[in-house]
This record gives sequence, C-alpha cells and structure tokens, in this order.
Amino acid sequence: MNEMVWKPVYLRPKSLARVNTHYCPGCGHGIVHRLLAEVIDELGILEKTVIMAPVGCSVLLYNYFEVDAVECAHGRAPAVATGIKRARPESVVITYQGDGDLAAIGTAEIVHAATRGERITTIFINNANFGMTGGQMAPTTLIGQKTETTPYGRSAERNGYPIRVSEMLATLNGPAYIARVAVNSVSNVIKARNSIKKAIQVQLEGKGFGFVEVLSPCPTNWGLKPVEALKWLEENMIPYYPLGEFVGGGA
Amino acid sequence: MGERILMKGAEACAEGAIRAGCRFFFGYPITPQNEVAGYMSRRLPEVGGVYLQGESEVASINMVLGAAATGVRAMTSSSSPGISLMQEGISYIVGCQLPCVIVNFMRGGPGLGGIGPAQSDYFQATKGGGHGDYNLVVLAPSTIQELVDLMKEAFEIAERYRNPVMVLADGIIAQMMEAVEFKYQVDPESLPPKSWAVGGARGRPKNIIKSLDLVPENLEKYNWMLQDKFQQAREREVRYEEYEMEDAEIVLVSFGTVARVAKKSIEEARKRGIKAGLIRPITLWPFPEEPFSRAIPHSKKFLVLEMNAGQMIEDVRLQVCGARPVQFKGKPGGTVFNPSEILELIISLEEKA
Repeated sequence: MNEMVWKPVYLRPKSLARVNTHYCPGCGHGIVHRLLAEVIDELGILEKTVIMAPVGCSVLLYNYFEVDAVECAHGRAPAVATGIKRARPESVVITYQGDGDLAAIGTAEIVHAATRGERITTIFINNANFGMTGGQMAPTTLIGQKTETTPYGRSAERNGYPIRVSEMLATLNGPAYIARVAVNSVSNVIKARNSIKKAIQVQLEGKGFGFVEVLSPCPTNWGLKPVEALKWLEENMIPYYPLGEFVGGGA
Repeated sequence: MGERILMKGAEACAEGAIRAGCRFFFGYPITPQNEVAGYMSRRLPEVGGVYLQGESEVASINMVLGAAATGVRAMTSSSSPGISLMQEGISYIVGCQLPCVIVNFMRGGPGLGGIGPAQSDYFQATKGGGHGDYNLVVLAPSTIQELVDLMKEAFEIAERYRNPVMVLADGIIAQMMEAVEFKYQVDPESLPPKSWAVGGARGRPKNIIKSLDLVPENLEKYNWMLQDKFQQAREREVRYEEYEMEDAEIVLVSFGTVARVAKKSIEEARKRGIKAGLIRPITLWPFPEEPFSRAIPHSKKFLVLEMNAGQMIEDVRLQVCGARPVQFKGKPGGTVFNPSEILELIISLEEKA
C-alpha cells in the first residue's frame, strides 16, 4: 500500500493576514502584497517592520499584513516614515504607495526622502491611473490613454507628459537601490520579488533609500478583462516605462 | 532657586522642550521663529536627539506624526503661514490620537502678511483649523518664563489626551529676551512606554495607527469618543490669571503680550481711582468660564484687546452673554499696544460708564 506523502510547496506567508481581499479581480495589489509578505518572512523582519498605508486602493493594507502600520495622509507616507525611522532606527520602515499618492500629491515628500537617503523602502504601484477614486488621470497615465478625466485620451498639449519616477529619482545621490518591475508574467513576478528583497536589504544594511516601481494591472478602471489588462500593460506601459535596475543593480 | 539665564524666547522654548524630554524636532524655516530650529539643530545632537529640516511644513508635521507614532515626545515650531500648511497633518494627528506639541509664534496675515507680531490665528487655533470635529488644547504664554513653564505642561497634556497641544504666542515672545529659570528636567528614558506605539510587533499583536473608518456608525462612535476626551480637557485643563479683579468695574480681557501691556495700564488706572482689572486666559481652548461669572456682578463694562481684528471677543461675548457691554480694540497688522493708549481707553470707558 502506498502512503501519500504531502509536501507543502506553497504556503501563506506568516506576515500575511488570513482575511479576504477587497481588491478587484485581476488587480496587481494582491500579487505585490504576497511578494512583500514573502520577503518580510524570508528576511525574518516581521517583528520589526512598520508599514505605511497610503491614500488609494491600498489604504486598507494594514488589514492584510501582520505588522505594525500607520495610515498616512495622501502622499505624505515618506515624511511619516522618516519620522518613524529617525525615532526608531532599528525598525524596518516601508511605504507602499500608488501613483496618485506618490507621483502627484506626494512628489515633494518622495523626492526629499530619496535625496536624504532615508533608510526606508518604498514600493510604488504604477497602474497609470487613480484607482480608488474611479480611474482618473494620474501623472503616470500614458499619452492617448482614456480615463474618467481624459475622456478623449491624455493629450501632451493639455495634460503634459507621464512622469518616469524611477529615472527621476535615479538622478539623486540618496537612493541605494531603484528598480522598475512588472507583475504581468511569472518571470516578471519573480524579478519583482527579487527587487523588493534588494530594496529592503539596502535598508537593513544602512546603505540608503530603496525603491521599487511596480507596473501593475488595473482591469476595472482600464475597462479590460484581467488577461487583456496584462497584455495592455506589456504592450503599452513597458515600452514607455522600461523595466530594470536604475541604481544598485547586479547580484 | 535654580540658575536664571538670559534667553531669547524662541531659544528658551527650544531648551524648555528638550528639558521636557523632547528629542525629536522637525521644522521648516519661517520668520519670526527661526531661532527655535537653530537652537534645536545645535542642542539636540548633544543630547542624543534628532533635528531634521523638512522640505516643507507639510512634510515636517508628518515627520512629527511619524515620530509621535513611535511614542516619543516630538514637536515642531512655525509661524502663521507655516501653521496653515500644517493643518492637514494636525487633523490627521488628532484622528490618529497621537500626542505632540506644535508651537505657533504668530505674525500678521492673511496671506504672506508681514513678520510683525500678531494674534490673528486665534480662530484657527481654537476653532479647529483643519477638517473634522476636533479641538487642540491651546496654551498662550505672556512671558518667556511662562512659555518655558508651559512647554513641559504642553507635552504632559498632549500625552494625557493623546492629542496635539498648540502653544500660541505672538512673535514678540519669540524675539524678546528675558531671564528664565528652568524648573524641570525630564529624562525621556523615564517616561512610561506607550502600549499603542508602533516600532515592530515584538511579542504583541500588531498596532495600527489610523484615522479611517469606512463604516459611518463606527466613525460616529469614534468621534463621540474623541469628544469625550475634549470634554475631559474642558473640565480639567482650564488655566487663567485674574489681575486686580476682586472689585473690577472695567474688565479688560486679553492674552499673551497684550495682557502684559494691559497690566501696566491697569496699574496706572488704579492710581487714578479707576477700578480696572484683567482676565487673562492662559488656555485659549478650553476657554475659561469661571472668572467671567465671578466678574459680571461687580463689573460695568468689558474691554477686549487683541492684536487682531476681533477673534477672542466672540468667546468673551459667549461668557458675558449680554449681561454687560463688551467693547473691542484691535491691532491686526503687526503693531503692538502701548500702555498709555490702553489707559486712555480705560478712562474713556469709565467716563461713559
């Protein structure tokens, strides 16, 4: 008689709470939450991590992580994180922000946290629109992209050009690690996980500011099915927002 | 008696905060209070603290929020236009139930206004300022010694209610020099740990600092809980001074520097046989009630003097409630009362009384 031997190959990370998600079907936040939780587990930092929730779709992220959390005003997470890290340097401080939060209203806070080389890590979700408020134009919305507030498509003449945040921050001396990744394919998800780990490691090693921009699908507001959204991301976002490591790359 | 040191108000404020156990200061330059930050940037590293210049007042108040979330004593200092920029953060700090101290050395407004001393942010400080239903305990010193004494109380009140406390003074108090004595020395290590603070969930469930509640009924409950705290503060934190009030017929009401000038005028008026006195609120919120109910029976007229166009007068009218006439004289641009003009006002009120 053969005895079945069960070997776990895919477990829920300890730092991820056992609750239902509020994210839409096909949204990238769930994947990125999972990756971040896996990295927190792997680095053994669950008991010293403090995560900043932004204003945006991920405002409720403190419900999903089993770590200390502070909910911040729109765009202010890097400033709040700075206050925490300066007061408790032994903590691991992470901000998780969307593109409205970080690239519009919070531009000053992210640029200055980066240039100060704050020993914090920022996970920046770029889905080319304001998700929570119903899909308005973000600074990252592509030229020609239709949103609730660019019904004829974003026009460079009217609205200016989309911001490449990673490249912009890479001009500063404070960041120790900057990468842009995507969660549209298995291989890209694995790369995203590696980048998130590196961005936290530079904090643990006291090297400086760590930053990962994640291109992430938003099927609901893009008006696409989840699989179509992955394709749209690959065909439209990646050409404008090239993937790769801009600071602190290599093994 | 301890040592008396001649110090500028802004620097005494900073030293007072450090002696009150504050080790974290975040701020952005603005006249007339830059000496606070200058002093902090020199002294805090000496005592193992952190001074950090934010990229704006918006960032600075959020840095204060972050530090306060870890349970330490943290503060910022600014002047009127900068305090306007901090209102978003102040509202969040209240919503998150975090203690901290915010100092406003007021200058004239609105807009860029001027850099002369003013008291024009009374409404902003005492009636809310940011969005939502909330109050700050607002402390209004009239001398540098009182400023120093109130710095320790400010941190204690903030922690008692887990709510920001504002120290509200006109620019003169930042810029003037007086001899001060520091009567306290708090070791931050001796302060009790805060069970709600963040910094890593080691051996305890996670702590979440937040203000969001998407269920209206729950948010309402949360707001009533905040209101309970404000009610307790109303009952316990009122501070005021009465000067020559036992038999006063002409009752002056003023705070900060104006009150100081008014005392001199009252002294002169008394020499001329005019029964003048002063009520000086030290907490502008909660606003004192008792001295008014005590004064009304023997008073004839109230005279409110402010370095603004008439703000505290509304609270005075609420207390006097039509029982006596309440008159006003204001200086809304950065100028200061002198004792002789207040004396003239007192004499003219006495003649008409």
